[in-house]
Amino acid sequence: MERKSDTTRSRIGVYVCHCGSNIAGVVDCQAVAAYAETLPEVVVSRHEGYLCSEPGQNRIKADIAELGIDRVVVASCSPRLHEPTFRACLSEAGLNPYLLEMANLREQCSWVHSGDPEAATRKAQDLVRAAVARARLLGARKELQVPVEPATLVMGGGVAGIQAALDLADSGYKVYLVEKAPSIGGVMAWLDKTYPTMDCSI
Amino acid sequence: MADAGRHPNITLLTQAEVKSVSGYVGNFEVRIFKKARYVVESECTACGDCAQVCPVLVPNEFNMGLDSRRAIYQPFPQAIPSAYVMDIDHCLGHDPMVCGKCVAACKKKCIDFNMSDEEITVKVGTIIVATGIELYDPTELDEYGYTRYENVVTSAEFERLINAGGPTRGHVIRLTDRRPPKSVAFIQCVGSRSQKRGEPYCSNICCMNTIKSTLMLKDHDPEVDVKVFYIDIRAFGKGFEDLFRRSKGSGVRFVRGLPGSIREDPKTKDLILTVENTATNQLEQHRVEMVVLAVGVKPPEDMKIVQEMLALQRTADGFYLEAHPKLQPVEAATRGIFFAGCAEAPKDIKDSVTQASAAAARAMRLMNPRQLTVEAITAEVLPHLCTACGICARVCPFGAITVDKRTKSPAVVTTAACAGCGTCAAECPQNAIVQHHFTDEQLEAQIDAILQDEPWEQIPVFACNWCSYAGADFAGVSRFQYPPHARLIRTMCSGRVSEKLVWRAFAKGAPVVLVSGCHFGDCHYLNANHWTDRRIKRMWKKMEKMGLRPERLQLEWISAAEGLRFQAVMEKMEHLRRTVTPEEVAETQRVLASYDGLREASDSGSEPAEES
Repeated sequence: MERKSDTTRSRIGVYVCHCGSNIAGVVDCQAVAAYAETLPEVVVSRHEGYLCSEPGQNRIKADIAELGIDRVVVASCSPRLHEPTFRACLSEAGLNPYLLEMANLREQCSWVHSGDPEAATRKAQDLVRAAVARARLLGARKELQVPVEPATLVMGGGVAGIQAALDLADSGYKVYLVEKAPSIGGVMAWLDKTYPTMDCSI
Repeated sequence: MADAGRHPNITLLTQAEVKSVSGYVGNFEVRIFKKARYVVESECTACGDCAQVCPVLVPNEFNMGLDSRRAIYQPFPQAIPSAYVMDIDHCLGHDPMVCGKCVAACKKKCIDFNMSDEEITVKVGTIIVATGIELYDPTELDEYGYTRYENVVTSAEFERLINAGGPTRGHVIRLTDRRPPKSVAFIQCVGSRSQKRGEPYCSNICCMNTIKSTLMLKDHDPEVDVKVFYIDIRAFGKGFEDLFRRSKGSGVRFVRGLPGSIREDPKTKDLILTVENTATNQLEQHRVEMVVLAVGVKPPEDMKIVQEMLALQRTADGFYLEAHPKLQPVEAATRGIFFAGCAEAPKDIKDSVTQASAAAARAMRLMNPRQLTVEAITAEVLPHLCTACGICARVCPFGAITVDKRTKSPAVVTTAACAGCGTCAAECPQNAIVQHHFTDEQLEAQIDAILQDEPWEQIPVFACNWCSYAGADFAGVSRFQYPPHARLIRTMCSGRVSEKLVWRAFAKGAPVVLVSGCHFGDCHYLNANHWTDRRIKRMWKKMEKMGLRPERLQLEWISAAEGLRFQAVMEKMEHLRRTVTPEEVAETQRVLASYDGLREASDSGSEPAEES
């Protein structure tokens, strides 16, 4: 469960990524990192050139090991791009991957407000503040494993159903091929010759 | 076909239909209804002695009714299973006083009138939907006279006439005088590519099928005069253009234009086609001895049953919708279900086979590790708060929640079937459902943090992970500039954005709020965004009653590819934000604070119950 009692305090690490000049060219990353340090429960706040790089990830891992960081906020690009990267990074450092939150400074600040660095930086700080607020309440999640029945139901015994059934059956899977008519074959069985090679269908 | 019939790993169930599917990916339970064959499949040698003595004649559906079969029959010579089958509706019965001739004729004694229909339950990890197509019935296109003129046939009927295994042993004949036609006209796009009658889409196979048929006709009789009336010839596949050229080279004439009408010469039974040749702008008349209507294909009637059984979606054309048109073309949005062949869209044999192998490979990929990881972002019911009202079960797009209203026992989430959209948590009137990783507390903390300072400057934007958030990313990647006041809050689905969250944003001083998600039909969680739509419309009514301007709450559907649209929506929101004064925000906060019943009212959930 994510709900935490108010008495427990988390130890949050905030990491602001420059993404070369993609973010740092517009957003004042140093100011964002300095601002993050003032937020409740933030233990460490840093800004780095490329967080997704190996040295970048090692920085996070080292902080988890040395400073006992138990929540990570990465302020970089879209979570749709690098959430799996940083989740894996947390896992490797022994932290549950769901204790990660990302603030999207690249797609939502630097790239879309490039003419207004001040507003972009202010927005970056707001997004980091929201991410930290959410991170405080994050909980570990376990990915459930369920067994899989190695069998397939194929609905329809036309040429597609037959081909799928054969591929699966040849690979060792059990197949139930269900056909409404008294014979398989479907539309294909009607045909004599088939294009483009004019060979027979059955 | 024969390989499928004798494969040790394939259980072939013919005359069978899937009745129900329950469970979830990796663990589906399937109930199959199998009609009795009345002939023991494993014993029958298909000798045909039974059919020789059967006195009943029935139109042969396999040959489009162009000849007849007996009540005990083999559908076609290469049928699999190769056993005969009893058409029990037409059989006279096994009472020796009435008939029973087949039983007496069968030396192997494999006709069994005591056989009964069966219900079989099997457990499978994956499902491949390969339900195929139906042919268009050209009856409604009366100008072609399909029901009036015997020498007008469909392409399917023609296919049986020219088939060596067909009723005429492959000799194409006119049905009126049973002699080979000296001239044949093919009419394309019958029931396809029409906004008025038939289907609006291209049926994909008819152009090439006609070209094949013209070559077969010429092969049978090089002297036969063949014309093809068409809109466009779509010969786009490998080897197709060559075949088209061969057809033209063999003397087949292609006329651009579909006939407006067909008349029959009552004496000769020839057919006179009137057509505007759009290549020459001339009105032409063509006299032929036989007309073949190249009929299109359409989704079968019973597709809806399968759709509901498996919680699938269909496109406007009626075919099943894939999870992603380019990256997941053989997968359904429901995990563990795949498409093969024409169930997904009209396609020819090569494409059907290709797609079938792709579907099989995707199914194997899922089953190969023998276990699978299910979504960690799932819903959980807090049993002590649940009143078993059943709303969560109704809104769940995946049927992952069960509620027994009679026993009033709390709702149960089948975690492995839960895809994590959060619609149940948003609709629960008791706040009895926790959407893990997107809890109320977590989302409220984000809202509060965003609106902490100068809230009138901020625009909270709820964006779903798959479409609108991705649309914002696309705007970013494209460097589309927009006003800097939007603050995105990501949820997996817009279905998660409860009334409570939106009211929270207004109560904290938000001047305007945007809820955004996938377009209808694009929702990653089947139809969860329909509940978003209903919810926001409900909120607009409430806002009106409370004296708040409903337009301050906006709802937009933005796809992952619509970066430009995201930019436009951001500009609209900014424009709207500027119309809201600090006084209006303060007044809203006062109204929401004094409106005690709000939480109960907003979470009553009675409206979705009524609407569904």
